[in-house]
Amino acid sequence: MKPGDIVTLLPFIALTLSAVIVMLAGTFHTSHRLTVGLTLGGLAWTGAMLAVTATRGGRQVTDLLLLDDYTLFFIGLLVLTTAGVVLISYGYLEAREEHPHDYYTLLLLATLGGIALVASTHFASFFLGLEVLSVSLYTLIAYPRSRASFIEAGVKYLILAAATAAFLLFGMALVYAELGTMSLNALATLHITGGGAAETSLLIGGFALIIVGIGFKLGVVPFHMWTPDIYQGAPAPVTAFVATVSKGAMVALLLRYFRQVSITPHETVWIIFAAIAAASMIAGNLLALLQANVKRLLAYSSIAHLGYILVAFLAVGRTAAVAVTFYLVAYFVTTLGAFGVVAELSGPTGAEAEELDDYRGLAARRPFLAATLAIALFSLAGIPLTAGFIGKFYVVDAGAGSRLWWLLIVLVASSTIGLFYYTRVVVAMYVRQPVELPEGSPATPLAAPTGRTIGAVLATVTALVFVLGVYPSPLIRLLEHVVAGLP
Amino acid sequence: MILVALLAWPFVAGIVAWVAGRRRPEAARWVSALAMAAGLVAVIVEWVLKAPDFDLAGHGPFVASVHAAWIPQLGISFFLAADGFSLLMVALCYAIGLLAVLSSWREVTVRVGFFHFMLLWTIAALVGVFTALDLFLFYFLFEMMLVPMYFLIAIWGHERRVYAAVKFFLFTQIGGLLMLVAILALYVIHGRQTGVYTFDYLRLLGTHLSLTTATWLMLGFFAAFAVKLPAVPLHTWLPDAHTQAPTAGSLVLAALLIKIGAYGMIRFMVPLFPHAAFHAAPVFMGLAVLGILYGAVLAFAQRDLKRLVAYTSVSHMGFVLLAIFAWNTLALQGAVLEIVCHAFSTGALFAIVGLMQERLHTRDMDKMGGLWLTAPGLGAMALVFALASLGLPVLGNFVAEFLILIGTWPVSEPATVLAAFGLVAATVYSLWIVQRVFQGRETPAAVMPDLTLREAGMLAAMAAPLLWLGVYPQPILNTVRPGLDALQRVAVRTTPAPTSAAGAAAALLRTGERSPGSAAPTSEEPR
Repeated sequence: MKPGDIVTLLPFIALTLSAVIVMLAGTFHTSHRLTVGLTLGGLAWTGAMLAVTATRGGRQVTDLLLLDDYTLFFIGLLVLTTAGVVLISYGYLEAREEHPHDYYTLLLLATLGGIALVASTHFASFFLGLEVLSVSLYTLIAYPRSRASFIEAGVKYLILAAATAAFLLFGMALVYAELGTMSLNALATLHITGGGAAETSLLIGGFALIIVGIGFKLGVVPFHMWTPDIYQGAPAPVTAFVATVSKGAMVALLLRYFRQVSITPHETVWIIFAAIAAASMIAGNLLALLQANVKRLLAYSSIAHLGYILVAFLAVGRTAAVAVTFYLVAYFVTTLGAFGVVAELSGPTGAEAEELDDYRGLAARRPFLAATLAIALFSLAGIPLTAGFIGKFYVVDAGAGSRLWWLLIVLVASSTIGLFYYTRVVVAMYVRQPVELPEGSPATPLAAPTGRTIGAVLATVTALVFVLGVYPSPLIRLLEHVVAGLP
Repeated sequence: MILVALLAWPFVAGIVAWVAGRRRPEAARWVSALAMAAGLVAVIVEWVLKAPDFDLAGHGPFVASVHAAWIPQLGISFFLAADGFSLLMVALCYAIGLLAVLSSWREVTVRVGFFHFMLLWTIAALVGVFTALDLFLFYFLFEMMLVPMYFLIAIWGHERRVYAAVKFFLFTQIGGLLMLVAILALYVIHGRQTGVYTFDYLRLLGTHLSLTTATWLMLGFFAAFAVKLPAVPLHTWLPDAHTQAPTAGSLVLAALLIKIGAYGMIRFMVPLFPHAAFHAAPVFMGLAVLGILYGAVLAFAQRDLKRLVAYTSVSHMGFVLLAIFAWNTLALQGAVLEIVCHAFSTGALFAIVGLMQERLHTRDMDKMGGLWLTAPGLGAMALVFALASLGLPVLGNFVAEFLILIGTWPVSEPATVLAAFGLVAATVYSLWIVQRVFQGRETPAAVMPDLTLREAGMLAAMAAPLLWLGVYPQPILNTVRPGLDALQRVAVRTTPAPTSAAGAAAALLRTGERSPGSAAPTSEEPR
C-alpha cells in the first residue's frame, strides 16, 4: 500500500472516524439532537472526502478495493440515502427510545459495510463488507425495545443472514480451491477466456452457493422468504435502510462483475438469472396482492422491483447499465418517501402504522403524508411524471434493445398486477372513510402536525421524484459517465 | 408556441383552481370554467387565422409545431405539432372541458378544488396526446392521464366506483404497456437500420419492417387503442367506468378519452404499419361490425339508463373502427365527423342522465316514466340527442355515419351492409330511451323540476354543433382534409407493399412543417 492510497481511502476513513466519534459522543452527552447532528456531519464529511478522491481518478487500492467513478458514485448515493434514513429516524426514535445514540453508530457502520461492498474487488473485501453490513443490521433491526416484533425480526434476520454468509463463504472456498484466486477481476476474466477453468462440479457448486448468497441479500425469488417478515418486523426507518442501502450495494457490485463476465444469452447461468427475474416479478406482484399490511406489501413489491432490475441486468450494452443505475436511484428515492411516511405515521406508543386500515381516510386527516405516499406508490407503479416511470421505461428500453421479449411480456403483465395493489392503498387513503380507531392506535385519527425534519425529507424526496420524472437528462448524463468505466 | 401554451394552460389553471378551491369552492368552478372558455377561444382564433393555410399546396399539413430536446441521450424530444385534425381535437378538449365544469356545478360538492384540479389535468394531458408527435411524449401523456381520471371516478363516482376505477386503470395500463414495448421495439429497429435512435414520429414513419414484425408491433399499438376505443372484446371496462363516473367524468370519457383510440389508430398505428394494418384489415373490420351490432344489442338490454348510453358508445365506435380500416378519404372524414358528433351527442346524453340522477337519485329506467309532463324541456332535449344518436338527417351523426358507409362500401360490401343494420338497432334503442323515460305511464315517485337556465344553455350548446355539422359540415371537412390526405399518402391502401412510397410521403410530410435548420435531436451512441 502506497502512502498516496491513504488519500484515496479518505471516504472510508472519514466514515469510520464518524462512527467512532458518534459512539464516544453518546457516552458523554445525551442529547439526541447532537448525536443526529454529528451523524449528519460525519456523512457530509464523507461526502466531501469523495470529492477529494474523485480528483485522483480511478484507483485500485491494494487488491481489495477499487475506487473508480462508478464506486464513488455509489458511495455518494449510499451516503445520501443514509442521511435520509437518519433524518427519518430522528422523529421516530425521539418519540419512543430513551437511548438512541448507538443506533446512529450502527447506521454509520452499516453504511461503511455497504460502501466497502461496492468498492470490493476481492472475496475478502466482499465478505468483510457484507458482514459489517449484516451484523450492524441485526442490531439495528432489534434496536428499539418498544415492541417485541423488532427483536423477533432481528433474530430472524440474524439466523438467515448468518446461514447465507456460511453458504457464501463455502462457495468462495470451493471456487478458490478450484481456481486458486480470490480476485473478482481475475475470476471474471478467467470465466470469459475459459483459461484452464474447466467447468468442474466443484466450480459450479461454488458459484451456485455464491449465487444463493447474493440472491438472499437481494431478496429475489426463491431466496425472498425473509423479506416480508423483516420488512414488517423491523422499525420503519431500518426497513427503509434494508430496502435501499443494503440491497443497492449488492446490486452495484453485481452490476460491475456480472457484466464483466459477459454471459452470452441462453447459457445456463443466463437462464438461471432470467428465471429468477421472471419468478421475482410474478411471485412478488402476486403475493403483494394478498397483503393487508402495507409494510409486507412494500416488501413483496420490492421483490418484484428487483426482478425488473434483473431484466435490465440481462440486457447487454451501455444502455442496460444506465438502466440499472437509473432504476436504482429512482427506487431509492421512492422507497425513502414511502417508508418515511410509514415511520412518521407510527405513533409514539411503539406500534407501527402498517395495517391498511391505518391508512383509511388519511387524505382527509394528513393530506401531506397521503400525497407523499400516493406519489411514491405511483412512482413504484411507474406512472408518468414520476422517477419510477423513467426507470421502468429505461428497463423496457434496455430489454427491447437485447430482444428479451418474453421477459418484457412478463414485466408488462406483472407490473399491471402491481398497479392493482398500489391503487388499493391509494383508494384507502383517498376514498375510504377512516375506521373508528380505539384510543392510542398507531395512526391517530386526529390530524397531527408532521415533524419538521421528516417533513423536509419527504418534501425533498417527493420533489426529486418529480424532477427525475420530468427532467432526467442531467442524471442520465452523469450515469452514462459513471458506467463508462465498466467493461 | 401556441401549442405549448394550450398544453400548459390547463395544468396551470388546475393548480390555481385547487388553491382557490381550498378557500371557496365556487372560486374553483369559476377559475376552471373561465380557463376552459379562454382556451377554447384561443384554439378557435388559431383555427380561424390559420384556416386559409390548410389549402396551401406544399405547405404540409401542420399549422403549428414546437420542437425541443428533452432527453437527448435517448433521442426523446418535446415535439408537438398540430394539423387540422389535431387542432380540431384540441378544440374539442377545451369545449368538453368547459361543459364538464358546467355539468358538475351542482353535482360535485366535496373536495371541489381537488376535483377541478384532476379534471383540468386530464384535459391538459388530452391536449398533449392529440398534439404530441414524439412517441415517448405521446406515451408519457397517454399514461399520465390515467391518474387524474382514476381519481375522478374513484372519489366522486357512484356506488361501485372503486371497482370501476381500478378496472379502467388496469385495462388501459396493460394496453399501454404493450404499446410501450411496441414503441421501443420500433425505436430499436429503426435505430439499428439507420443508426439514428429517435422517437420522432416523422422519422419513424418510413421504417422498413417485415410483415411479421410489423404485425406484432401493430398489435402492441392496437392493444392500447382498442382498449381505449373500445373495440369488442376489450370493451368491458367501458360500461362500468362510464356508469360509475360522475357526470363530468363520463363526459370526458365518452367525448374525449375513448377518442384517443380512434386518433391513435389514424395518426400512429396505420401510418406506422400500413402493410400489416391493411393485411389484417378484414379481421379488424369484422371486429368493428361485431362491435356495432353487439353494442347495440347490449344497449337495448339495459335497465340502467347510464349503462345503456355507455353501450351505445361501443356501437358508435364500431363505425369509427370500420372507417379507419376502410382508409379512404370519405371514410376517414366520416370517422372524424363521428368523433366530433359522438362527443356532443353522447356527452349530452350523459349530462342528461346526470341531471336526472341529481333529481331522482336513480338511473333505473323501470322507476321512470312520463317525465315529459313535469320536465318537458329536459324531455325535448333528450329527444334531440336521441335522434342525433340514431342518425337522423339534419343532425351531424347522420352525415358522419353516411360518409363512413359510403367509404366502406368499395372496400367491403358485406361489412357495410351489416354495419347499416347497426343504424336500425340505434333507432330502436334511442327511441326506447325516450319511450320508457319520458313517455308512457307516469311514475308517481318520479317527479322532477325542469331544466334550469344553466342546464338548458349547456345542452343547447351541445345541440348547436350537431345541427351545424348536420347541415353544413364542410368547414370541418376542409380543416381535416389536408392532414388526412397526408396520412393517406403515407399509408396507401391500394398498394400492398408501400414502403418506398411511404418513405417518400414521409419525406414530404417532414418538409412541410419543419424549418430546415432544426434537426431532431438524436442519440447516435452505439447500443
